[in-house]
Formats: sequence, structure tokens, C-alpha cells
Amino acid sequence: MVNENFEPKIVGFCCNWCSYRAADLAGTARIKYSPNVRVLRVMCSGRVDPSFVMKALASGADGVLIAGCHPGECHYIEQNYKAMRRYSILKHTLRAMGVEPDRVRLVWASAAEGQQLAEAIDLLVADVRKLGPLKWPGNWTENGQREEALETLLKEHEEAFEVLT
Amino acid sequence: MTQTVEKKAAKGKLAIYWAASCGGCEISILQIDAKILDVDAAFDLVFCPCIADGKVRDIEKMADGEIDVCLFNGGIRNSEQEYMARLLRQKSKVLVAFGSCASEGCIPGLGNLNDRKSIFETVYHQGSATAPENPQNIYPQHETKVPEGILYLPVFYDTLKTLAQTVDVDYFLPGCPPEADNIWKAITAIVEGKLPRKGSTIGVNTTVCEECKRKRNEKKIKKFYRTWEIIPDEETCLLEQGLMCCGIATRAGCGALCPAVNSPCIGCHGPNEGVDDYGARLMSAVASVIDSNNEEEIDRIIAEGIPDPVGTFYRFSLAGSLLRRGSKATVGK
Repeated sequence: MVNENFEPKIVGFCCNWCSYRAADLAGTARIKYSPNVRVLRVMCSGRVDPSFVMKALASGADGVLIAGCHPGECHYIEQNYKAMRRYSILKHTLRAMGVEPDRVRLVWASAAEGQQLAEAIDLLVADVRKLGPLKWPGNWTENGQREEALETLLKEHEEAFEVLT
Repeated sequence: MTQTVEKKAAKGKLAIYWAASCGGCEISILQIDAKILDVDAAFDLVFCPCIADGKVRDIEKMADGEIDVCLFNGGIRNSEQEYMARLLRQKSKVLVAFGSCASEGCIPGLGNLNDRKSIFETVYHQGSATAPENPQNIYPQHETKVPEGILYLPVFYDTLKTLAQTVDVDYFLPGCPPEADNIWKAITAIVEGKLPRKGSTIGVNTTVCEECKRKRNEKKIKKFYRTWEIIPDEETCLLEQGLMCCGIATRAGCGALCPAVNSPCIGCHGPNEGVDDYGARLMSAVASVIDSNNEEEIDRIIAEGIPDPVGTFYRFSLAGSLLRRGSKATVGK
């Protein structure tokens, strides 16, 4: 199933205090990792509302990465625990909607863990590559009969008018 | 109030239409009681298949924008409903998505976890009441040839769409069904021209908790209960007692009807102002009050307490949510 030409689009939410700096460190240390992640800086992993993830998936992302400080090391004391719970509840709901759990991942990376973050990104990209494209908006396209049915309805009504007048 | 309505002596034209809905919205309009006479004084009811005989061809013959107000309830489930939505949009000055179905899909929208094929299989084939009378497994067809010519049935869609996903909507009225007081307020606002900006929801911008009279303390939940498992205390916040009360994420306007009778809010008024995705907002709020910092314990509390996450968080708003439906590839799996 693995398509060699498929480059997953991943949206990455990195917290300002740890993970975004880890990504920064990975850059300055010239650690190589997959270029598939579009990193967005948020102030805290607890800021990542499930709707951010939904919006990313609905707009064509193949996977989402949420990265925050390690549990117990949150800049805002305990908000990454909230991220942990939100992630759990979100994963539960996405599974019920038919989104593979491997597409959305929560990882912890401190400001010194550029290497770990790079590895986590590589792993997520590899997993999403295996799953293939998500193409969520494709779920909304209606079967081919729709346009035709709308046209026949108009035609029928026109014919009915002719009979009446 | 009555006088202001009557002042508009030149009668306006009112249409009330239903698409994929249960008919409860029409009944809730009648709940405005004697004020219905004021509505009659202000408007001619030009089209309402529920209570009056009207022909689609009469609407088709109207000039564009000839209908002053159209209250449209129900989601768009098939091609005929889409046609009617487009037609009524064209012929109406003000189109109101009336009630939860038209605004966000409501219960019929939960069909979006399936597609046409699997819904037809359930209804016409597997185990349902209609199945024994259909031994040849005949499914509805768009075209049927009969000696007199070809007959057409509307095409049933894979995905139920909300009214706003189909046509341009002027105003939304939340609720399943909208409460009589709010309907009356909306009608008077329309008649008096005191309307909010286009595209907004006619109602208040707070949540059900604001209107709920229960006592609230700090919320810490170790276990979620389903409604049949406990008899909740009548004074304390239902969410604190572990019942999945959706009031924290749901737009107010109902007067917290359900919590008042010891039953958790199920979220029929939909998202509050500025919220993109009702279910996501509810998930976010509920997750914050789970009393555990242990990953495995959190997973267990959620898996045991919320066995049907889509039916819990998106009971009324799946079709109107960001993802709109379940994945087509996994239907039936």
C-alpha cells in the first residue's frame, strides 16, 4: 500500500517553552528530519483545542503532531496534563469517526531534546506514509447522480407546466 | 407588541418548509399560542406543506424575493430537498435556518456516520420492519421505467448537509425544537426590522450554565455515569456528579430546561457565538475536568464513561461540524 510518491502533510503544534525550542535546537544542531511538518507555535500544548486538529484534518492535512513540555514540567504548571486529557478524548472520538489513531500524535520534548523531537517527527511521518493520504474533504463529495437528479427535477417541473397551461 | 405587528398592514408573505426533519419545528411554532393570530395578521402563509395545501409550481412562478420570510427546518438529505432549498432561497428575502436540523444537521445528521448504501441496506434489507416485505432486495432507484414513461425519485445523498452548506442563509434559530418564546422574539425582530448582522444566530450569547440554577463547585470527575446509572442530586451541578451534561458548551436560550428536571443538557442549541466546532469545544471543556494525570487512567475513564463519543459530543451537530461526517472508507467497519 505504501505509495513512494506520497508526501504526507503534517501540521505540528509546538509549545513555545519546550517543543518549539526543541525544533529550534534541531535546526541549529543540524539534525536531519522529515520536512513534512508545518510547525505552528502555540503558547502551550494545553492551548491546542481539538477543533485545531479537526480543522487541520478537514483542510487536507494527513496527520497532526502536538508537542509539549514533559508532564510535570509545564511552563503553566499543569496545562500539558489538560493537553493529555484532550488528546485522549479526541483520539477516542476520531477513532469513532474513522480517522486512524496513528494520524494524530501527542509527544513530549523538552527544550534540550531536539534529537528526540526529530525522531518523533520521522516516526509520525513514516506511520502516516504507511496509512496513505487522508483526503478528508473527499468524504463530502456526493455521488454522481446528484447533479443529474437536480436537472431531471427541473425538467419534470417544466413538462408539468406545459401540461397545465 | 401586537400593535407593532399590526401596523404593518400590508401583509407580508411567509413560507415554512421542512426537509429532513421530524415535524417538531412546525409544532413548536404553534406553541406560540394565540400569538399565531398576530402572525396571521402580519403575514400570508404562502407555503407550508405541513398544515396547508400549497404547490411548488406556485412558488416557482413567484418573482425572486417575493416571499418576505422563509422559515426552513430540516437538513438536506436528498436532491429534492436541495432543489427546494435553492428555490426558497431564490424566492425569499430572509431565509432562516429554523431549528437544529437546518442549522447543524441534528439527529438525521448522525446518519453521516454511514452512507447511502449502508442506510439502504439497514432499512430495506437487514432486519428492519420493512425487510420481510422486500424479499427481492429492491432498493429505491432514481429512475423507474413504467409503461407510461419514466418515473423519478429524488436521489438520496451519502452525506446530510446543513442548509448553510447548501445555500446562503440569513439567520439561524437554534434549538430542537426552538422554544416558543425564542420563535416569537425572532418573528417580532424580523417584522420590526431589528435584526442582528446577516449570518448570525438569533438568540443569546451565553451558555446553558449561565441559566442553570444548580450549585457549582470545583469540577473533578473520576468516573462518568450514564443517565440510567444514577439518580442525581437535585441541587448540585450535574457534570460534577459525573453525568455528561453538555451545558458548558451549549448556547443558552432554553432556560436550562433539561437540568431543571434533573436531566443533563444534551446540547440541542448547538455552539455558542464564535465556536467553529461544537463537539471539539465540548471535548475540550470535559477533558479539563477529568481528575487524573495518569495517561492510562484517563484513557480508561473516557473509554468506560463515554462509549459513544460521536453520539455524545456531536449528537446534534455532526453534519455542521468541521469534519461533517465519519470517514466513508470505514463505514460498516
